[in-house]
Amino acid sequence: MREPTIFELSSPGRAGVTFQEPDVPLTDIPQEFARANFPFPEISELGVVRHFTKLSQKNYAIDLGFYPLGSCTMKYNPKINEATARYPGFAATHPLQPEDTVQGNLYLMYTLQYWLAEIGGFADATLTPAAGAQGELVGTMIIAKYHKDRGDLKRTRILIPDSAHGTNPASSAMTGFEPIQLPSDERGNVDLLALAELCDDTLAGIMFTNPNTLGLFDENTAEVIRIVHEAGGLVYGDGANMNALLGVFKPGDCGIDVMHYNLHKTFSTPHGGGGPGSGPVMVCEKLVDYLPEPHVVMTNPGDEETPPTYGFARPKKSIGRVKTFHGHFGMLVRAYTYIAMLGQEGLRDIAEKAVLNANYLQAKLKGTYTLPYDRSCMHEFVLEGYWKDVPDIHALDIAKRLMDYDFHPPTNYFPLIVHEALMIEPTETENVETLDSFVDAMLKIAEEARTQPELLKNAPHNTPVKRADELKAAKDLVFCCYPVGEWDKK
Amino acid sequence: MLVPEELKYQKTDEWVKVEDGIATIGITDYAQDSLSDVVFVEFAIDPDDEVSAGDSLATIESVKAAAEVVFPVSGKILEVNQILTDTPELLNSEPYTGGWLAKVQVSDESELDNLMDSAAYDAYCQDR
Amino acid sequence: MFTPHTKADVEAMLKTIGVEKVEDLFTVVPEKNRFPDLNLPQPLSEMQAATELDSIASANATTRDFISFLGAGAYQHYIPAAVDNLLQRGEFYTAYTPYQPEISQGTLQAIFEFQSLISLLTGMDVSNASHYDGATAAAEAVILAFNQFRGKRPKVLLSRAINPQYREVIRGYMQANDTIRIVGDDPETGIEPDLLKLIDQIDRDTCLVMVQYPDFFGRIIDYKPLIEAAHAQGALVAVVANPTALALLTPPGEIGADIVVGEGQPLGIPLSYGGPYLGFFAVKNALLRKISGRLVGETVDTQGELAYVLTLTAREQHIRREKASSNICSNQGLMTLAATIYMTLLGKTGFQQVANLCYQNAHYTANSLGDLAGFSLPFEATPFFHEFVIRADENVPELLAHLQDHGILGGYDLGKDYPELEGCLLMAVTEMISSEDIDYLSDVLNEVEHA
Repeated sequence: MREPTIFELSSPGRAGVTFQEPDVPLTDIPQEFARANFPFPEISELGVVRHFTKLSQKNYAIDLGFYPLGSCTMKYNPKINEATARYPGFAATHPLQPEDTVQGNLYLMYTLQYWLAEIGGFADATLTPAAGAQGELVGTMIIAKYHKDRGDLKRTRILIPDSAHGTNPASSAMTGFEPIQLPSDERGNVDLLALAELCDDTLAGIMFTNPNTLGLFDENTAEVIRIVHEAGGLVYGDGANMNALLGVFKPGDCGIDVMHYNLHKTFSTPHGGGGPGSGPVMVCEKLVDYLPEPHVVMTNPGDEETPPTYGFARPKKSIGRVKTFHGHFGMLVRAYTYIAMLGQEGLRDIAEKAVLNANYLQAKLKGTYTLPYDRSCMHEFVLEGYWKDVPDIHALDIAKRLMDYDFHPPTNYFPLIVHEALMIEPTETENVETLDSFVDAMLKIAEEARTQPELLKNAPHNTPVKRADELKAAKDLVFCCYPVGEWDKK
Repeated sequence: MLVPEELKYQKTDEWVKVEDGIATIGITDYAQDSLSDVVFVEFAIDPDDEVSAGDSLATIESVKAAAEVVFPVSGKILEVNQILTDTPELLNSEPYTGGWLAKVQVSDESELDNLMDSAAYDAYCQDR
Repeated sequence: MFTPHTKADVEAMLKTIGVEKVEDLFTVVPEKNRFPDLNLPQPLSEMQAATELDSIASANATTRDFISFLGAGAYQHYIPAAVDNLLQRGEFYTAYTPYQPEISQGTLQAIFEFQSLISLLTGMDVSNASHYDGATAAAEAVILAFNQFRGKRPKVLLSRAINPQYREVIRGYMQANDTIRIVGDDPETGIEPDLLKLIDQIDRDTCLVMVQYPDFFGRIIDYKPLIEAAHAQGALVAVVANPTALALLTPPGEIGADIVVGEGQPLGIPLSYGGPYLGFFAVKNALLRKISGRLVGETVDTQGELAYVLTLTAREQHIRREKASSNICSNQGLMTLAATIYMTLLGKTGFQQVANLCYQNAHYTANSLGDLAGFSLPFEATPFFHEFVIRADENVPELLAHLQDHGILGGYDLGKDYPELEGCLLMAVTEMISSEDIDYLSDVLNEVEHA
């Protein structure tokens, strides 16, 4: 049943939450600026509450079921994080309050900077980037400024593996680099020969996702880093897949120069239906001065009697400001809570169980589905959603049919280097019963593909809406609840 | 796949027709078929611009993809097919006629020698 | 605590995989780097973590402990209880990006309603599903305008009366672009409300003129002459707008703005020390195809039922990759939902009441302070919304310290960003401030003068 829009539910004269009258002497609003018409919806509070409650019931969510989306790390979002982020001591602080009134916030940020750097083996971190993509932008800007400062203006190219997420080339291009595609070899590693050939003095660096989007740890990691460094380039680590490495491997120790994490993936902050994210960036010692402003520093180490104090500073060679204020503080509180609860053992446990779960699913599915890279995976793996004997069935159909089994489909059609890709990442918070029922569904669907293909082609059958006409959406453009340009006629 | 004999082609799926030093350029039937329903055409140039072979002509968007069209020849832009802004589907229905993209005053006719004839392009498409 | 595996589970799974122990799954990691030490504190139980976070939070004083007149880009508004109550539904906040429309209609319809409300609020035709914040939305407007003219118009004119952080972020985002010239916000061009010196610089090299409404100093300015001048030269106009103000004031779309951006934090989003917030971005139809960020459109499903879906995705980074106009991937999801619920819950009546309360409280404050000896209102002749500038004879940092001692956060020291406004303070007054608070402020400031 379609839920009407808020404009359809509106009735003139209704009001939801209203406010008191002003208790001050009144001033007139100058007529030349007064808004003539304000056709906002008019719905009672109960009407609003019912509307959004019903909308929520049309969603799938982690709190409802399994979400094996590769490279998204759909792990459980701890409720304690939601509680701590809402403590008024955090939520009611204004970003421009004097530093002496927010030492709690500054302490939290300073400590988190240290923890995130320590987890990855880096010298320092910035918490300002609003999302992974913004983290990539910051990282590539740092690389650009580093070379420019050294007077090395020839370095205009960034190497990006063909399996990379679309934000990698997009972020590099925004920074003014020329992204050059780097092929992968048959084992899913970066092709070392191709890499060596592309490394010269025009190389600014490489954007390296490890484990990559195939879920594979690059068998030549140290070699890739060595080759790029020798050519004078820097190595950017895309940390989207950090869930496999917590307590297992420190990218900084291996020579990665700059890296971002996605707090909304690895560090359990919620996906929120598309955001907000948070993409802190960690750097090695030689890049510390390039971090964006503002950076949290210790302004006074204190002594036995007085605690240290903290404040903001602009790093000496900073790339500048990329966002208002200091980043997504609310998400930082959640990540801090998470890491504080886990400690080293807890983090390593996450990586071990994430990788265990993925390898378990891989072992159970590879007989029925083609596994293009048949080796031990990390926290995710990629299958082909295609069989030569039923050529009409595509990854899309398998994905849509999974919804009828009450599962969210895996990521499909990414990475681009696998034909009809299905990228599966279970995460560590799923139990073996859930994994087994997912395997059951996948096996049943493989069977249905041969015996009752229409079930897949017409899927999903049991969802609030069926397959959407995306062509119509792209041609008959409707982005508002009312005819465009006619809002003032209502 | 339609591959008209009188036209010249590029591996990147553009066709060219030259008459009296003026080149008309578009995308091939193979290209429009791969893209599937085109929803938008974004031109990268304006009339009177000087372009070189390989420069970007336009980006064509379908529901799930975006493809870049590049100039097969160098010269000066005479005309751009603005109707495509409102009716991009012409690229699918009439790739060689109503769906033409741009007309260029050719600066170097020898560049045409670098292009494929219909037999070569057809063979190339068969192997893909 | 978050991993459910029993010992038996692990053993059975290892058997299926065909390895002896979990460590065997990590042999691909170079041995010398494998399983390093992490110098982190001992793990805590949930109870312990709650206590620790509570004590950290207690080390702060908040806008609940002070009477706060701080604005300058983030505002203290009342958030009705129903907003967070609905936001805390797991179906909303633990959901992913709505790439599979069949099981995301809740998120998609909410974003569609957000787009509709923002379009209405700003008087524009189309809004996207949001950017990270007002500053990055403003940067995206610059990118859009620059690309619209294919780089042939390299000049971008920014009013000096735009939030300084926004102008920094715009320059930050454009630092790789060698051709672009971002000018107009210098002390010479200044901050006069008639904008004549800025209008004078609009020429055929200009792709975009950007102004703020109300401006950073809270002033309501008539931008019609500037917009006419810009359009006469073929340039685009972007307006950075405060959403609360738009409930009372003529929206920029109605006076000819091509792009409207702004910070959506005032719409039901807590201050939360600066984030996460919400950037809104709206355009006229002519620029629709050039918007970056996610867009939700209306369509039908295979049964002819109305459905919502992410659309025009071929603009975005996952398809265009290095040719995308922006690298943006996520939107502000949950914050968009908060804003939608807030705007719907308040609706026409409530939203206009809030805007009016802000307006009235701010004017009472300005009038009261303007009467005090030692204080003046440098922009008295210009109308304002809920923020205004006050000049003190007193050194501003000392004045603020004195106010802080009396439980008042006095506002934003403008001297930091505007040398010509040394000695001036920017004060914001919202519906959260009562007449008693304002009278108390006057009393304390009066004391200062006689101290």
